[in-house]
Amino acid sequence: MTYPSLRASGLTLAYDDRVVVDGLDLEIPQGRISAVIGANACGKSTLLRALARLLAPRDGAVHLDGRAIHTMPTRQVARHLGILPQSPVAPEGLTVTDLVGQGRSPHQTWWRQWSSADQDAVTHALVATGMLEHADRPLDELSGGQRQRAWIAMAVAQGTPVLLLDEPTTYLDLAHQIDVLDLVVDLNRHQGRTVVMVLHDLNQACRYADQLIVMRAGRVVAEGPPADVIDAELVEHVFGMRCQVAADPVSGTPLIIPIGRHHDGDVSAGPRRNARG
Amino acid sequence: MLGPHLTRSRDRLTFRVDRPAVSGVLRPRLVLTWLLLALVTLAVLCLAVGAGAGDYALAPAAVVRALAGEGERADLFVVWELRLPRAVVGLLAGAALGLSGAIFQAVTRNPLASPDMLGITQGAGAAVAAGIVLGAGAGLGLQWLGLAGAVAVGVLIYLLAWKRGTTGYRIVLVGIGVSWMCVSLTSYLLSRAELHQAQKVLGWLVGNLNDRGWAQAGPLAVTLAVLLPAVLLLVRLLRTLRLGDDVAGGLGTPVQRTRLALLLCGAAAAAFATAAAGPILFVALAAPQIAQRMARTAGPPATASALTGSVVVLVADLVSQRLMADSVLPVGVVTGVLGAPFLLWQLSRANRRGTGG
Repeated sequence: MTYPSLRASGLTLAYDDRVVVDGLDLEIPQGRISAVIGANACGKSTLLRALARLLAPRDGAVHLDGRAIHTMPTRQVARHLGILPQSPVAPEGLTVTDLVGQGRSPHQTWWRQWSSADQDAVTHALVATGMLEHADRPLDELSGGQRQRAWIAMAVAQGTPVLLLDEPTTYLDLAHQIDVLDLVVDLNRHQGRTVVMVLHDLNQACRYADQLIVMRAGRVVAEGPPADVIDAELVEHVFGMRCQVAADPVSGTPLIIPIGRHHDGDVSAGPRRNARG
Repeated sequence: MLGPHLTRSRDRLTFRVDRPAVSGVLRPRLVLTWLLLALVTLAVLCLAVGAGAGDYALAPAAVVRALAGEGERADLFVVWELRLPRAVVGLLAGAALGLSGAIFQAVTRNPLASPDMLGITQGAGAAVAAGIVLGAGAGLGLQWLGLAGAVAVGVLIYLLAWKRGTTGYRIVLVGIGVSWMCVSLTSYLLSRAELHQAQKVLGWLVGNLNDRGWAQAGPLAVTLAVLLPAVLLLVRLLRTLRLGDDVAGGLGTPVQRTRLALLLCGAAAAAFATAAAGPILFVALAAPQIAQRMARTAGPPATASALTGSVVVLVADLVSQRLMADSVLPVGVVTGVLGAPFLLWQLSRANRRGTGG
């Protein structure tokens, strides 16, 4: 798979008069996993929608392989870049195969709706996401985790070298969250896809992303590998929350431990009633 | 390589031809539904021609002969001048309403959306009432007045629902509001009308196939001949639209343009049907739901909904002609009586699933 570049320059995004993203410059690393993190309403999802051509910029531009994305036909964009919005809803009775098949629509024409390439891509996506055994079941009969895997399978079947995921782990229990994130790593390692995802859990972002894009109030305040970017000062600046940063005992990546109002963050001072001595 | 699960699948049959490169997915159950509905439509049409209003009953064989242009002169007159035109208007109006309902329900992702819920039908009613009571545009004739009203309301809903593009949800909300504005306007006009005018308005406001003939069938047939292929071309994009605007956009569907084109088709189909036969309520609401349950598709199927609409209107018209010995009920009364319980059932079902409109 070739790696098309994805870049935002001077990007300003607004809903009516409310500017959400202001003059943002960003280069998405090719063939890597990037995670966009930041507090609620800092413009993460808005940025992702603009990167996918779903939102027209007020100013500036998004360039896909050097071409301004908003001057490209939407079908052509959809062959290079796929997006999975936050908690999508499927119509009642839609089967997994039908949903995953929809991922092929940017490659189809009215008279060619199920080519052998379509067949292969759908089968492959079902296998990669472990959904083959559920292929004939309607989505409403599946568990939340399986449903999310089916949606990811649709994005996989689209076969785009760039994949944008908006909070792919929302509403999933912890085991299913890890399941989905492992799947994302598979897609990146085995198929070389560039992945950009919005994540809420900082520790998961640190563990699963090669690159963090840290946003605050519509601007990128830090960018780089998690170990280089994350420290207590940055987390306090971005989230307004005191914390300590340790090394994740499993992956060695930064582990953010919030302090909160009822602890002082210093266990060496002696045992406390509600802290483990 | 073919995935064994995909080819063995019960409700999908994929086909592929190498030269010319044509391929697609067939749903056996949907194809069966088409065939069944087409047969039923034909049967009901023959029944309507054979046993329409009046005492002149025709045997099925005589009906077939007369349709082929043979048989006694009296048979030919009854079939070609009296009953067939009425039945054809019913058939076409039902098809247009079914198609329109399928489009509105799919585009708004709401099983309770239909042109008679969103004000298209009420717009036609208000325009006709204005024409009869105030004499505005009376030269146009009621059919074209109704059409103008329905189209005007369709455009109004789209413009009012526009805010950086439209969403299915806003179209439903605005449509319901506009619908009640039209109802109030009609009521106001009725309160100011002379008795004979009010009678005429009310006679039009309950959908009616009495005195309908080839003059009404012609424009409707042309409309459907244009709209049905247009909708079938758009169905591929409609399937992605059903997954939500952002998913559809991400899959390369031009969301706003596709929705506008589909709504235009839906509004035009409902407008022409209402112009020809008056507001035949609940057909556009019920037909797509019935068709969807028969074909077990995700979302209302366009062609099957149109055929179901035809069957519903023709059956309702037969009932309305045969229910009372001495008079003919307007077909809209029958569809209303049948449709209200259907709507309640649909509402309770939507509430149970937590997807109420």
